[in-house]
Amino acid sequence: MLVEGIKSRPVYKGLSIQPRSRRHIFALEGEGAHALLERKAELDDAALSRSEILYVARGSQAKGYDEALRELGAQMFFAGPTIATLLFRLKGTLATAHMGTRLYIAGTEGFIGQAMMVALDHGMDHASIVTEHRGSLARRVQCVHCKGITEDVTHSPFPCSHCGLPLLVRDHYSRRLGAFQGVNIDAEEPGSAPDPEELFL
Amino acid sequence: MSGGIEIPVRVTQVTPVAHRIKRFRFERLDGGPMPYFSGGAHIIVSMNDNGHVRRNAYSLMSPPYDCSAYEISVLHVEDSRGGSSFMHEKVREGDEMRVSHPVNLFQPDWRGRKHLLIAGGIGITPFIAMMEQFSREGAHFELHYAVRTRDRGAYCEDLVARYGPHRVKIYCDAEDNRIPVARLLDSQPLGTHLYVCGPAGMIDGVLKAGLEAGWPEQNLHSERFLSSQPGKPFSIELTRSGKTIHVGHHESMLEAIEAAGIDVPFLCRGGACGQCETMVTVCDGKLLHNDVYLSDEEKASGRKVMLCVSRFEGNALHLDL
Ligand SMILES: Cc1cc2nc3c(=O)[nH]c(=O)nc-3n(C[C@H](O)[C@H](O)[C@H](O)COP(=O)(O)OP(=O)(O)OC[C@H]3O[C@@H](n4cnc5c(N)ncnc54)[C@H](O)[C@@H]3O)c2cc1C
Ligand code: FES
Repeated sequence: MLVEGIKSRPVYKGLSIQPRSRRHIFALEGEGAHALLERKAELDDAALSRSEILYVARGSQAKGYDEALRELGAQMFFAGPTIATLLFRLKGTLATAHMGTRLYIAGTEGFIGQAMMVALDHGMDHASIVTEHRGSLARRVQCVHCKGITEDVTHSPFPCSHCGLPLLVRDHYSRRLGAFQGVNIDAEEPGSAPDPEELFL
Repeated sequence: MSGGIEIPVRVTQVTPVAHRIKRFRFERLDGGPMPYFSGGAHIIVSMNDNGHVRRNAYSLMSPPYDCSAYEISVLHVEDSRGGSSFMHEKVREGDEMRVSHPVNLFQPDWRGRKHLLIAGGIGITPFIAMMEQFSREGAHFELHYAVRTRDRGAYCEDLVARYGPHRVKIYCDAEDNRIPVARLLDSQPLGTHLYVCGPAGMIDGVLKAGLEAGWPEQNLHSERFLSSQPGKPFSIELTRSGKTIHVGHHESMLEAIEAAGIDVPFLCRGGACGQCETMVTVCDGKLLHNDVYLSDEEKASGRKVMLCVSRFEGNALHLDL
């Protein structure tokens, strides 16, 4: 069960390399590594000498792409143990960056949303950030009632991991929170929630 | 008229500020406050030249939060067809005029971390109001202002005195001093937005240099002081009102249609806002698109035209009006 046709649903256009950029920063999560590895041909030495790759393997489905990414030969390569460490590193990089820097983000929507929040925080325009969705369709969802965020939501409705209310996952996306909105589905008649459907695997 | 309700005003001050540049102050006839505006906004000034009405856009340069009056600065363009000559030669303190409500097509992006302003000549006007607002809001900005000669540069000293030489840099062509655009573009912190206003060649050059320096188009903003250019006279058929309109050498389609008593919406009269977009039903000839609103595909399709700045050459042009 999904409410469709909501305009705030982000569109991920794919990791096209911007040739005129003075600096390329790639923030990659899990399968997102493929988005860059498949574009190896577009990355000449000049581009690589201006590139910084930040990578985090993805949780339990982890298949490490560390080596393959390292072998690309970017000026800087960093593999973080968790998304939080990668984001911390990204903040450091952006804090001293100049205009002419492009940020590329690839991975699950939850990861793209969180990296995007860091970028917006540093004054980047969301439309200028290059994104590609790779890997699971799992969503990061904010409960509109208790404001708690649940990561990796694959079903709708699902029980909020904070307050327990059954939440319908909407396409309504908040850029500020980097999360979809989850709304209680059985408010009128508690207990009447439909069976969860697996929608975002 | 379709640019919105006009405000009757009195010209309370006319001040020469530089070679061929004068400042005009407008206060409401009824003594009430002017609407607030935001830095970058312009108004349309209606000029009644012995029954012939001219309407030009002028950027507001008074402080945006000061609603006691509006101020504009007008450059008397060489071979003016009328508007700026009228303002310079005919308008006197005490005169009554009409101005539109403010419209902003050059809004700063307030999410920006820093604002880099690049002005050429009279293109300084929208930035004067913007800087008032930046400075009041504590926003980080820098102005790079190019003038041909010192005596043609309006407000150079005032701006340096008000904001300091670290924030306002003047470059003078006559002293062989140019804005180091490439160097500026390379040294801006992430989150900077650039705004350029000045002669067409300068705007094109700065925007191109911006893209070449790897800046995203979202961070590059410009305003062109476009106006209708003279050209060969032509006729248009208005299919809905069944009228034939003759557009003279010095006239725009918008002006000719207005003169025939037909109300057409407009906001900028400079090819930027999109209000005067009109559907073309028949076009046997060539549309001369002079606007910056329609996309290249739309221009090529020949289905739409902006009445305020574009022209036509050929046998027949029918518009859905
Ligand atoms: C959003 C916006 C903001 C603006 N803000 C300002 C401002 O703050 N200050 C300001 O001074 N201007 C501003 N302008 C420009 C202003 O609206 C007018 O275009 C300008 O004053 C010229 O008006 P005009 O009627 O004298 O010129 P026009 O007579 O309309 O002439 C326009 C141009 O056509 C050419 N031309 C006219 N007649 C001939 C001819 N016979 N042969 C060859 N060429 C000819 C001239 O080169 C002239 O530059 C702004 C424009 C826009 C769109
Ligand atoms: S009036 Fe704005 S584009 Fe014509």
